[in-house]
Amino acid sequence: MSHYAIKTDRLTKRFKDVVAVDGVSFAVEPGRIVGLLGGNGAGKTTTISMLLGLLLPTEGSVEVLGADMARHRHRVLDRMNFSSPYVDLPHRLTVAENLVVYGHLYGLRHVKRRIADLADQLDIARFLDRPAGKLSAGQKTRVALAKALLNEPAVLLLDEPTASLDPDTADWIRTYLENYRRESGATILLASHNMAEVERLCDDVLMMREGRIVDRGSPDSLLAKYGRDTMEDVFLDIARDRRAGVAHAAD
Amino acid sequence: MPRIDAVLASHAPAFAVRRVGAMVLRYWYLLRGSWPRMAELAYWPTMQMLMWGFLSQFMATTSSWVAQGGAVLVAGVLLWDTLFRGQLGVSISFLEELWSRNLGHLFVSPLRPVEWVAALFVMSLIRTLIGVVPAALLAIFIFDYSVFDLGLPLLAFFANLMIMGWWLALAITSLILLNGLGAEGLAWAVVFLLAPVSAVYYPVAVLPGWLQWLSWALPSAHVFEGMRAVLFQGAFSWGHFAAAAGLNLFYMVCAGGIFLWAFHVARERGALIQTGE
Repeated sequence: MSHYAIKTDRLTKRFKDVVAVDGVSFAVEPGRIVGLLGGNGAGKTTTISMLLGLLLPTEGSVEVLGADMARHRHRVLDRMNFSSPYVDLPHRLTVAENLVVYGHLYGLRHVKRRIADLADQLDIARFLDRPAGKLSAGQKTRVALAKALLNEPAVLLLDEPTASLDPDTADWIRTYLENYRRESGATILLASHNMAEVERLCDDVLMMREGRIVDRGSPDSLLAKYGRDTMEDVFLDIARDRRAGVAHAAD
Repeated sequence: MPRIDAVLASHAPAFAVRRVGAMVLRYWYLLRGSWPRMAELAYWPTMQMLMWGFLSQFMATTSSWVAQGGAVLVAGVLLWDTLFRGQLGVSISFLEELWSRNLGHLFVSPLRPVEWVAALFVMSLIRTLIGVVPAALLAIFIFDYSVFDLGLPLLAFFANLMIMGWWLALAITSLILLNGLGAEGLAWAVVFLLAPVSAVYYPVAVLPGWLQWLSWALPSAHVFEGMRAVLFQGAFSWGHFAAAAGLNLFYMVCAGGIFLWAFHVARERGALIQTGE
């Protein structure tokens, strides 16, 4: 039996002639924060969608908390959650109504109490009665995070959690995620384009390009391997297909 | 962090009433938050009933067929609207999820497709009652005709037409899942394709022979023939009732299978996260 929180084996997704994800294998130990990095079209969102079971793989397998997502997805869905700026909550429902609906979907026993706790922690109490479609980008992100944390997930998948946020709000979200991981022991997989965020939050990084994992390791080990000072430079080396060890020479 | 062996040993219920309730609550919040939406539900059935009611009053003086059957046209329009509203009630709630790009959130939650469909059916029933009951009550005051006088057969007609609306809606939502929002016009159009052969306002015998076969293949034709049997002969036709119920069962099984297949294809194509405005 797998002891990993997330495990993929030769995960592949083809859309007709396009190979979006090509034989991706990785494993995430419980309690780790892992970054999934890559340029636009590298396959990050497709990979996350397959981990969630929203998208069926063409080949390969996904296990979350030991459950095969192809066969036993419903054993683990109440223990995982996700947030993405590209998937909205219904605009015409108020924030509170949205959270109540999802609270019941996740089978919470004390929905109102949990919403009150999250409203306090995420500072969203002021706009609980406002329609979700009338929130600013920062407020939407906090609400999306509240929805993602309703069921206190053991596995949290985040697609660009701080996209389009001002630095202050983004920093606040990162601090919150650090605290949540420390207190709950949750496993977090996040796709991001923000390298500062990755350096700060992630224990490990999976670098993707053209649907494949082309490198992996801790931020420190990748910085050392590529001889760079920032993850931004490592990202550019990988995105532009400069191999570790020859990056400086290429410059 | 839960123990992984505990997760593997856990058993997720295949159907949870609580999750169905959560989805009904979601659609109810949407409906109650907009009085124009609520008013629109009753507006069209009422307008239809008024128009056909006055036409019926006029024709009762010139047509012995209409005069014999009391308000056969008013009963027809109210029951036809039950079918239309039943289908639209499912389709609109389904489209709401696509318009709000909410499918991605819904289907990473423990919600199962069957539970979602059950919630769509419940909401369709609520929307239909909100739409049709005020029109039926108004007909009592304006035309001195109560569709409720049909008695228990009314329940049989209503149930059969609701179920027909549901399987029709499942077939339509399957097409939208497969083809995206470009196919959303089907939600309003398809039911009218069936109107001429449903024999709402005239007997099936009026249709050409080759079209009668198609007509008898629809539960709605049996319901409206049954309705006329009650109004003209005062007798409930068990034959038409059994035919309507049997056909509904057959089509519901087919439409349910098609919906689950379309949902599977949508997961293969990534449509659950990409479909939206």
